Amino acid sequence: MSSSINKRFNTRAGRAFDVFNVLLLIAVGLLALLPFLYVLAGSFATEYEITTRPFFVWPREFTTTSYESILSSDVIVRAFVTTIVVTFVGTLIQLALTALMAYPLSKTDLPGRGPILSLVIFTMVFSAGMIPTFLVVKQLGLLDTYWSLILPMAINPFSLIIIKNFFQQLPVELEESAKIDGANELQVLRHVVLPLSKPVLATFALFYAVGIWNDYMSPLLYLNDTSKWTLQMILRQVTAAASLTPEELHSEVPPPAQGIKFAVVIVATIPVLLAYPFLQKHFAKGMLIGSVKG
Amino acid sequence: MTTVVEVERESPGTRSPRTAARRKHLWSRMVRYRWLFFLMLPGILYFVLFRFWPMYGARIAFKNYIPFLGIEGSEWVGLEHFQEFMSNPDFPRLLENTLIIAALSLFIAFPITIVVALLLNELRLQILKRTVQTLVYIPHFLSWTVVVSLTALLFAIGTGPLWTFFNGLFGSDTNMLADPGWFRPLILMQMIWKDTGWGTIIFLAALAGVDQGQYEAAVIDGAGRWRRVWHITLPSIRPTIVVMLILQTGQLLNTGFEQIYLMSNALNRNVADVFDTYVYFAGIEQGSYSYATAVGLFKALVGLVLIFGTNWLAKRFNQQGIF
Repeated sequence: MSSSINKRFNTRAGRAFDVFNVLLLIAVGLLALLPFLYVLAGSFATEYEITTRPFFVWPREFTTTSYESILSSDVIVRAFVTTIVVTFVGTLIQLALTALMAYPLSKTDLPGRGPILSLVIFTMVFSAGMIPTFLVVKQLGLLDTYWSLILPMAINPFSLIIIKNFFQQLPVELEESAKIDGANELQVLRHVVLPLSKPVLATFALFYAVGIWNDYMSPLLYLNDTSKWTLQMILRQVTAAASLTPEELHSEVPPPAQGIKFAVVIVATIPVLLAYPFLQKHFAKGMLIGSVKG
Repeated sequence: MTTVVEVERESPGTRSPRTAARRKHLWSRMVRYRWLFFLMLPGILYFVLFRFWPMYGARIAFKNYIPFLGIEGSEWVGLEHFQEFMSNPDFPRLLENTLIIAALSLFIAFPITIVVALLLNELRLQILKRTVQTLVYIPHFLSWTVVVSLTALLFAIGTGPLWTFFNGLFGSDTNMLADPGWFRPLILMQMIWKDTGWGTIIFLAALAGVDQGQYEAAVIDGAGRWRRVWHITLPSIRPTIVVMLILQTGQLLNTGFEQIYLMSNALNRNVADVFDTYVYFAGIEQGSYSYATAVGLFKALVGLVLIFGTNWLAKRFNQQGIF
């Protein structure tokens, strides 16, 4: 911005607004963070501190009882491991299906491309709804299997279109020169297109991963067998209950009534927060690539 | 111009007498692209199985579906389930609850998103801008289970910080989590907390594209900050606002199943029930598959009308639509 503008900002009212704006946005940023900091602090605090101090972001007395109780609980540990595996495998499958469909659709002279794209877009504005999808999953014999958490949402049409648009704007010359060197379509995809698309694919991999990790509706609908429950289902079970007995948790350490809720929230959140810095590096760019027309 | 969906159309070629030659040409293109078709196969199978097959299965909305008899064997009843739903006393209540939550989202959460984006845009300290952005995007990535659990902890009776705060503020002794009057404020707070930051991304991108020369010209003409926002910034991002409004309106009846389901309980059910949760309770919990499918179908059709309707309106008012 030019200096003449900056001078004009430096009126008294302009400065007052700037100060107000800075303070307001700091408050907004803190608001986004504080609930989480409170729960993080609470997960390391004693039961006494949680019930007596109304709000804190640093425990007076530091304890890991809540986490010990969680780690000795079969139910929670099993759900944690299961969810990690399902998320990992599911992300690979979903990303592969999406990218493999996006690549052919990025070829503008592919026969049948127009109708296929129209049908994909149609699924974004109209879906049959919960029950018909449930019945299909049931009919395919996927109820009470982990496939039910992966396959029904395997391709997100939005992601498909954005990845397709990204492939489409890659320079054609690169592919052509590879073809002159004798590469077939599969080799072009593997050695030219995919390496160039790493950032975009990484972004959507993380979106898919977060989607599976956070999913509550699919396990609620498709998993009746409580021993197969994912972490989000367990989290719900733990935080919705007034208090839990060690038997309910299959835990050796008696659970602190409140503290364990704090700790389970943290455990269910940490993997997402670990992925966040990687996600954040790319998503704003990744979201806007391919969504910009003209 | 930013739009979410890009639809290309191939030029509708006029039918020529050389159809045979064209067909041969098409065939050679298909042979040339056989590998690409092969790559697409799993994706197409996915769309057929999990997106279009359910649409075909949705015809149970017009039948008395009994799993034992199968879809074909079940009795055809036409619009009976739709009529039953419309005359059900639940219907006006569901419609009211759904529309109120949609209105809160459209008239409160949506403008707040635009305001936060504008404020971020006015921030000249780039480090602070980036830090605030990083922080406000985080809640979007947390699951509804986590958000609802956070709410439960923050509003826990006797111990929750927000329980203490609001009861101190109003001099009351309410259990906000169970009080029906608190249901909608809580839902709104969660929506704002979770997705305001994320929503600013698209507006900030649009704001970055505003021609800086216009601001300089406006400053020379003596326009203050407020007038620059009103006469330059807002008109520049109007197309983006319109597109987001169309998308939001299309989602009007989609209240977010997970959030509402997780927040509803026996005490607040009267204000909490929306179409999405009703479909779940009627279909999955009570097993009235046909009836629940009819409710879901009704909702999807209204959504379809809404999205094309707003798109049409936007085009009439000389704004760019999404289709």
